Amino acid sequence: MTGWLDALIQGVLLGGLYALFAAGLSLMFGVMRLVNLAHGDLIVLAAFAILLLAGKLGLDPFVAALVAIPILFVVGLALQHVLLNRTLGRDLLPPLLVTFGLSIIIQNGLLQIFSADSQRLRSGAIETASIALGGGIAVGVVPLLTLLSTIAVILFLNLVFYRTPIGRAFRATSDDLEVSQLMGIDHRRIFAMAMGLAFVVITIAALYLGMRANFDPTIGPARLLYAFEAVIIGGLGSFWGTLAGGIVLGLAQTIGARIDPEWQILSGHLAFLVVLVLRPRGLFPRALD
Amino acid sequence: MALLETRKLTAFYGDFQALYGIDTLLDAGETIAIIGANGAGKSTFLKAIAGLIQGPADSVLLDGRPIGSRAAADIVKLGVALVPEGRRLFPSLTVEENLLIGGYGRKMPGPWSLDRVYSLFPVLKERRSSATPTLSGGQQQMAAIGRALMSNPRILLCDEISLGLAPIIIAGIYGALPQIKAEGTSVVVVEQDIVQAMKVADRVYCFQEGRLSLSGRPQELTREQIHRAYFGS
Repeated sequence: MTGWLDALIQGVLLGGLYALFAAGLSLMFGVMRLVNLAHGDLIVLAAFAILLLAGKLGLDPFVAALVAIPILFVVGLALQHVLLNRTLGRDLLPPLLVTFGLSIIIQNGLLQIFSADSQRLRSGAIETASIALGGGIAVGVVPLLTLLSTIAVILFLNLVFYRTPIGRAFRATSDDLEVSQLMGIDHRRIFAMAMGLAFVVITIAALYLGMRANFDPTIGPARLLYAFEAVIIGGLGSFWGTLAGGIVLGLAQTIGARIDPEWQILSGHLAFLVVLVLRPRGLFPRALD
Repeated sequence: MALLETRKLTAFYGDFQALYGIDTLLDAGETIAIIGANGAGKSTFLKAIAGLIQGPADSVLLDGRPIGSRAAADIVKLGVALVPEGRRLFPSLTVEENLLIGGYGRKMPGPWSLDRVYSLFPVLKERRSSATPTLSGGQQQMAAIGRALMSNPRILLCDEISLGLAPIIIAGIYGALPQIKAEGTSVVVVEQDIVQAMKVADRVYCFQEGRLSLSGRPQELTREQIHRAYFGS
């Protein structure tokens, strides 16, 4: 019984990481209907940026991530402004092709610069610290911080989207691009802001990716897959749905692993397929989509 | 100098030409009505003024300044707001958020504020937190007009604001136009309902298959002239 309870708790904590991977993707899709195939690679790129800053400046990864956030916000703005805005339109193919190409460029660029060696963000004792819950169950401090950070990110995104003028502009642009222009909204600028914000979330996801596991330049596509599954399970356009989607995925994986360690990854994909069959719009789709 | 002028205005959807050399004038404080059958180019005319369809810069003049090639987001900042056909409110925004977003691009001081719009259409205040798809057609139209007013426009472009509404609701909505004019806003109304258009307009332009077929003051035009200009010979 303790083993199952432990699996459930660890599943929720793992789900927090997947939801963090997915939150940026959900934001991009929610505002500009962009399916970003380079999302996983951008998380890995951000992890290497934190690694570089931590190494060069001798910073703790948390501090390095704080330094990286404004830099990557600007990188996100520029990427959208210079490249991705040119691909968005009625045809869905150009952004898919361009972000697929971007994924390949990032992977090969990172391989060239950092080699194929596995890396990790080292943060001292916190990496192995845990909190005993009793009954032989303990939760790691970093996984717990991941989940709390995910909740904080989603609260922040909801605050921005539902309580600020720029958030109204995000939603209006997503609802009706043409009419949003009649409100004086420059959709290209709005898209760039959304991408900048997504890069902030990507940087936070990268911090926990790098602290919880080894990473190398080629692991991006697998993170993209988990992020997609979490977004689709949760329902497009809902940040809380994305958190729920991540947790469903995490729970499915840890329960699968509890049954048989070989089933861990497969169980997550099966849960995704079951949700797609039973609720094709996800668990919590935005009501008015 | 006219407040708004179109000179040889043309508009295209890809290779299809929707407007052919339209000349119109709107003076400050005036209301003009654009009438014509379905497909005559009335909505295209408004889209071309509002910047949703761009053409040569000097085909649309605002205070004599060419604006025909400017984007919609720039045009609204110059004080031209469009109430689009079919209302097209933002479904994920509440009524109040729809009104607030109307003032996003043009933050000019002026007579129109949230309170002033609510006093013009009190029902919107009651429904301020509602999702717009739950509003009746008339309430949606009021919200769409209120949203456009929130930018404190100098010119309000109204595209078929009576479409699909009951006569009593239409009367209520058109009843608001004098108050809007009284605040110094000039109005361009696109309307299929000729009687309604004649009532509110200082000047009428009739379009037929993308061409200007008739123009004049309502009291100067005969029923036969309008019939011929509307439907052809």
